[in-house]
This record gives sequence, structure tokens and C-alpha cells, in this order.
Amino acid sequence: MEIVMAFACGFLFMSAVYLILSKSLLRIIIGTGLLSHGAHLLILTMGGFGGSNPPVLADGVTEYVDPLPQALILTAIVISFGVTAFFLVLAYRAYQELKTDDMTQMKGSENHE
Amino acid sequence: MLQVLCLFVPLIAALFIPFFFKKIRNVHTGWFVLIVPLLLVIYYSTYIPSISKGGTVIEQLPWIPSLGISFVSYLDGLSLLFSLLITGIGSLVVLYSIFYLDRKKEQLHNFYIYLLIFMSAMLGVVQSDNMITLYLFWELTSISSFLLIGYWFNRDKSRFGALKSMMITVAGGMMMLGGFVLLSMMGGTFSIRDLIEQAPQLATNDTFVIALVLILLGAFTKSAQFPFYIWLPDAMEAPTPVSAYLHSATMVKAGIYLVARFTPIFALSEIWIWLVAGIGLLTLFWGSFFALKQTDLKGILAYSTVSQLGLIMSLLGVGAIAYHVDGAADTVFKYAAFAAIFHLINHATFKGSLFMIAGIVDHETGTRDIRKLGGLMSLMPVSFTVALIGSFSMAGLPPFNGFLSKEMFLTGMLSVSEFDLFNFATWGPLFPIIAWVASVFTFIYSFYFVFKTFTGKLNKEALPKKPHEAPIGMLISPVILASLVVAIFFIPNVITDLFVKPAVVAIQPFLYTSPNDVHIHVSAWHGPTPELFMTIGIIVLGLLLFFTLSKWQKVYNVLPERFTINRLYDYTMNELLGSWMTRVSGLYMTGSIRKYLVYMFTAIPVIVIGTLIFKNAFAFSFNGASPVNLYGVILVAVLVIGTITTVFAKSRITSIVALGAVGYTVSLFFVIFNAPDLALTQLVIETISVALFLMAFYHLPRFSKAEERTRFKLGRAFVSIAIGAMVTLVALSSHSQKFIASISEYYKETVYSEAGGGNIVNVILVDYRGFDTLFEIAVLAIAGISIYAMIKLRLSRKEKNYENK
Repeated sequence: MEIVMAFACGFLFMSAVYLILSKSLLRIIIGTGLLSHGAHLLILTMGGFGGSNPPVLADGVTEYVDPLPQALILTAIVISFGVTAFFLVLAYRAYQELKTDDMTQMKGSENHE
Repeated sequence: MLQVLCLFVPLIAALFIPFFFKKIRNVHTGWFVLIVPLLLVIYYSTYIPSISKGGTVIEQLPWIPSLGISFVSYLDGLSLLFSLLITGIGSLVVLYSIFYLDRKKEQLHNFYIYLLIFMSAMLGVVQSDNMITLYLFWELTSISSFLLIGYWFNRDKSRFGALKSMMITVAGGMMMLGGFVLLSMMGGTFSIRDLIEQAPQLATNDTFVIALVLILLGAFTKSAQFPFYIWLPDAMEAPTPVSAYLHSATMVKAGIYLVARFTPIFALSEIWIWLVAGIGLLTLFWGSFFALKQTDLKGILAYSTVSQLGLIMSLLGVGAIAYHVDGAADTVFKYAAFAAIFHLINHATFKGSLFMIAGIVDHETGTRDIRKLGGLMSLMPVSFTVALIGSFSMAGLPPFNGFLSKEMFLTGMLSVSEFDLFNFATWGPLFPIIAWVASVFTFIYSFYFVFKTFTGKLNKEALPKKPHEAPIGMLISPVILASLVVAIFFIPNVITDLFVKPAVVAIQPFLYTSPNDVHIHVSAWHGPTPELFMTIGIIVLGLLLFFTLSKWQKVYNVLPERFTINRLYDYTMNELLGSWMTRVSGLYMTGSIRKYLVYMFTAIPVIVIGTLIFKNAFAFSFNGASPVNLYGVILVAVLVIGTITTVFAKSRITSIVALGAVGYTVSLFFVIFNAPDLALTQLVIETISVALFLMAFYHLPRFSKAEERTRFKLGRAFVSIAIGAMVTLVALSSHSQKFIASISEYYKETVYSEAGGGNIVNVILVDYRGFDTLFEIAVLAIAGISIYAMIKLRLSRKEKNYENK
């Protein structure tokens, strides 16, 4: 399963980068969303799926899944949400002020202050 | 503890300045600031009795003990003298600034904060025994000087001058840091006192000379020696109190201090003597010669400061000769270092007063252009008297303190011709000749400064303001300094016993062990000595040239502007760095963020895959892999379809919905991989995210027509495939080789016994890695605040009042 997931993660990263390199701000933000999904799955995959029980102490259970990647991912999910929200508002305000969401047009001119 | 803390008192006081400025508007902020240097000068005065007998006090506050870095306050004759100058002149300057800077018009809080930062930094420079903290304070003086020169930041020239001084002094500071590091590697310590003790062994190192040159570069840039002096005239754009304080009395003397402090280490090197004495003498001549070309009052004083710094520097260089002469304490070689310190005190008094007078003239007439000024004597009698005293002292005339140290300077220079080591037998006689010529020019520009301003015809039309005498408050400081100028002439030996002799012991520990060993008595009359005849010659020739000045001043126009050092600086800054380098970086820094992202996304796989190949790190095996399960495969299929839809969707709404589908799939993954907490969180977050996206969707424009559908782009696809491949390879390798057991075992074992919890993931988050979670919350808070700020932000085009040429 880890092998399959490794390829799935690679695929997610590939699609995310492809979107991030586009011109439209919204697509870029969607790309970052995909990128964080990919990163979360990657961390989980690298920890391995061994162990058949969730990492919650229970009587008679000795084999738990590795809890450390899960702790990392939990933090990452929340932060990626914060970043996405920030990006979205940034895009919205940039569009209001500049009347465009095209990255090539947003680039400042020479000698801008 | 108190002694080290005193270094930081001005810095701490600076924290309260905005409060005083904002809340107590009817009292000039300067009055509150004045307390700080006054208290410090009283505090440091209490050390005078013990230190003038040769005592030293040291106190340490460890900062980074593992690296041997600490804040040290080491007070000996030299550092106490400088500390008193810094706080004493500081008090007078603050007092002067209260009347110079208008309470209502000026940004006083900025000014005084910078000034207090500078005071702390300067005290740190002269008291630090630890070279690293010395460097730290050294750079802080450069930074505060930069801020003060650029105080009127909407003036073009201020910004130019600030940048120039910063570039030159910080470059020199970096060199000096290199020298310090080399020295500490040789001696195994950062302490200057320890290094002095092992000076002879240090000199046997190969890198000794390199350290010497590097440290001298630091000192020369700071003390405006040739050819680095060019920043000082441009620094005159600063408010006059700053020029009087930083750029004549204290900061520019940091280089002098450094040379004096390191003399015991480097004196045995021939290169040291030649460089310090030679460059000093050249600077002395150069500065005095070009002072006469200036038409700005402060410009004249700037060049004069350059010249006087060269004088002190050359004396320190000659002072190092004493190391090579047996029994130098009883020969003529003893005078140079003594004269250096004595002149340093005298210079601070007369130059400080002259700068303040220049400020007064500027303040009351509206111009500093000497061609427009003249005849102010009857209108500003007090200022004229002070200017006269200062100038005559600078010219080396009795009965003012400059006469005493100037005579002694000539003695020191004459002594060089008696020294026969290191080729001095050939070149030594040049020293007194150059010194004499430079003194003639010093005499002329001193007269030029005072008489062109205060005598002659008053031209009221040329002056922007109606001239009148300055308010009494503004005159207090220059009058105090001028009375010191006179007082020191009549009681020179009191001053030298208290301040000069202990400092000389610090510079020449190889000659003296205590101030009582310094057998030098200063007197105004020595009988008909060569020095006296040289002085008479200076006066005669000086007067002659001064009265014919208008005839030969044209000489200065012969040298074309093109070949000056300033041009070299401008060329480097504008052409070389400004234009040429801009063009080079313009090739890849296009301003297009996409391009930058392409660079990054190309570099990452190249580096990572390259490392995998070179380190032979790639591995692949099925060992330890869990069995493929059906749900997993189905989810992967859904994930892939969702992703493809996201990328190639025609409309935004499809794209967003597909992204949501991918997110929910991820949370299902968490379910089957035994991560219930993650699944829950992901589910909630994904829901909110989709809602947010849909809200943005409502406001944001359609995918533009050109990009209605993401068209397939080969370059982009290539970069993304590289990234994807990299991630897969890293994931596979990390799965296939596990060298060390997971550290999670620790958590699993102790989660109940140590943390008393059952849910291991939660316990890690709130207990073991509690700080991570705290910062995570902080990130969320920052994001929240930024979002709020962005929504509230309305960009209004501010009116620009910068004068750009």
C-alpha cells in the first residue's frame, strides 16, 4: 500500500505544481490546496501504515500506528487552512484594488516606488 | 553589575522617549534626555580619582559563555577618558539641541532615540574588552550615525550622505571583524587584555600582518582617514548637534581609540608604524589643504576634522616607535603618544564649539555659505568671541590649548628624524616638513573660517533671515567649551595628570607601569626651541597666505572633478553596482513571480534527485510494506480522478468542487489508515475551506479567456513531472530503508505514565510538543489578524514629499 501511496503523493504534487505555475490567482490557490493534501499524505506514507490500531491506548492492544506523523499532520492541516484563507482574502482584495487576477498583469512596472 | 548596566542606560532610556514626546508636548523632549548623559558623566567622574592613579576596574556580564562572548565594561585611563568625552560632550550637545531643534516642527522622538542608541553604542565600543561585543557596538555606532545623518530623510542629500557613510564605515567594520577573528584564532581568546599579554608570540604568526591591516582598515574608515574620508564631508547633512557630537568629538574618534587600544599588540610591527604614521600624515595634509576649497562652513569644519584626525593618527603611529627604542621613557620619543591623547581632548573642546557656532550661524542667518556671510561680528558678539577662541586654538596660537598640543605634535614629528630603524633614516626627515606645511594650511583655514564669517562687509540681501545673536540657551554649550579651551591652556598639568597620563599608560604599557612614570610636564614656554621657530614660521607664512587667499584660491579648480575620490565612489555606486549589476540581475530577476517559481521548482528536484544519485541513497523494496487493500485502491482512483478534474476543469466551480472531493478523499484515507483524529479535523477543515473558496468564487473573476481552460504547457508540465517524480522517489526511499527505529516508541511507552493520557496524538500535541501547538495557534492568529487588516485596508495614494533629483 505504501508503494501505491508514494505514487499517489507524487501525482498530487505534480498536479499542484502545474496549477501553481499558472497565471490565474484562483488556480494558484487551488494548487496550494492540492499541495498541502499531497504533503499530508506524504508524511503519513513515510511513517508507514504498519500496526492495525489507531494510536489510542486500549486494553489488550500492543500494536499502534505510529502517532508522530499524525501529530505533525494535525498541526499542518490547521496551518494550511490558515494559509489558504489568507491567500483567498489576499486574492479577493488584490482583485478589488487592481481589477485583475492575472499574475502577469500584477507584476509592477519598472521604477515603481 | 552596575558598571556593565551603565552601558545600556541610554538604550533603556530610549524606550521611554516616544512616551515623553507624545504625551508631554509642552516640554521639549531634550530636557528629559539631558538627564541621562548628565547622570552618566557624574557616575564616570567618580572613577577619576582611582583611575588617574593607574587603577583599572573590570566587570563582566556573560552573554554567550560557550563561545567566550560577554559584555565587558573595562575602565582604564583610555576608556575612562573616552567615556567622559562621550557623556560630557553628549550632555552639552543635548543641551544645545534643545534650542537648535524646534519642538513643534521636528520629529524629536526619532532624533533623541537615535542619539541615545549612539551613546550606548559608543560607550560599548570604548569599554568592551571582548572583541566580538566591541564589533557589535562598533556597527551599532555606524547604524545610529546612518540614522542621524539621514534624520531629515526627505532631503536628497541627507539620504545620499547617510548611505555613503554607512557603506564605507560598515565595509571597514567587516574588515575589522575579520582582523578580530584572526587575532582570536592566534591568541585563543577574544579578550584584548589577554591578547596584549601574549603580543610577542602573536607577532610570529603568518596571519599577524593580515589581522593588522584588516583592523587598520576598520579604524581608518571610521576615523575618516585618506582615502576613506570622503564620507565625512557628506555626513554634514546631519543636524549640527549631530555633527558636533558624532562627526567631530566622538564617533570619528572610535578609529583613534581602536588604534590606541591595539598599539600594545601591533607596535612591534614595522608595517603598523608606517601605515598609521604615514596615512595619518597624508590625511593631515590632504584635509587641511582641501579645507580651503570649501565654501560651506560645516564643509570647512569637516575637512578640518579629517585633517586633525590624521594628526592624532600620525602621532599614535609615531608613538609606536617608542617600542623599538631602549629606555624610550626618557627620550624624545615619549612625547608622541602623550601629544595624541592631549590633542584629542583639545580637539574635542575647540572643534565642538566651532561646530556649534557654525550651527548658530546657520540657524540665525539661514545660510552656511561663506561667500554670502560676513560682518556678523557686531551682530553676534558672543558667537564671534567663541569662534575666535576656537579658531585660534585650532590654528595653534597661545593662549589656547591648541597651542600646547600643537607644539608637542611638532616635537613628536621632529623626533622621527632621530629614529634610524625601518628606513626611517631616509624618509624620517619628511615627517616634520609635511607636518609643518599642513600646519600652515591649518592656520589659514582657521582664519578663513572665523574672519570670512564675522568680519568684512555685511550683505543683508544675500541672507535668507535677518541675522541676530542666538538665544542664550544655544550659547551655553559653546561658551562652556570655549572656556575649557582657555582653561586648559592655563592648567594643562592638572588635565594631563588626571586624564592624559593614565591613557598613555594604557597605550604604552611597554614603557610605563603607572601614570607616575610618565615624566612629561606641559608648559607654554620652552625657550627658543625648534618647535617655537616652526610655530613662528607657521604664523608668518600663514598670515601672508591668508591675506593673499583670493589670489591663489583658484589653484583648487585646476584639479578636475573627474579624478577625485568622490567620483570613484559615485562611479562604483552608480555605474558599477547601480547600472551594470542591475542589468545582470535584471536578466533573471524579471519581476514575474511565475518565473521565480519555475527557478525554485526546477532547483528543488535537481538538488534532491542529484543528492539521491550521488549519495547512492535510492532504495526500493517491498519489505515491510502493508498489504494493498481494496478500499485504498478505490480511494486512490477517486483521488486521481478528482485531481485531474481540478486541474483541467473548464469552470471555476468544477475546479473548487473537485478540490473539495480530493480533500474528502484524503480524510477517508485517514480513516482507513487508523488516524481518526486526522479524519475528523480534515473533514471539518475541508468543509470550511470549500465554503471559503465558494465565497471567493463569488467575488473573483472568471478564469480569464486566455486561460478558460488550462492549456497544456510543455515547460510547466516538465517542471511538475520532475517535482512529482522527486516526491515519489523520496517517499519510496524513505519507506524502503529504515536505519533507526521511530522515536514514537518513547511516546507510546510513556504516554500514560508521564502524561496520563490515552490518545497518543493528542497528548503529543498538547503535552510533549506543547510549544509547537502554541506557535501553530500563533500562526492562525497572525493569519486572522492579517485577513482582518487586509479587509480593512484601503490603499490611499500618499502624497510624496521627497525631492528626487
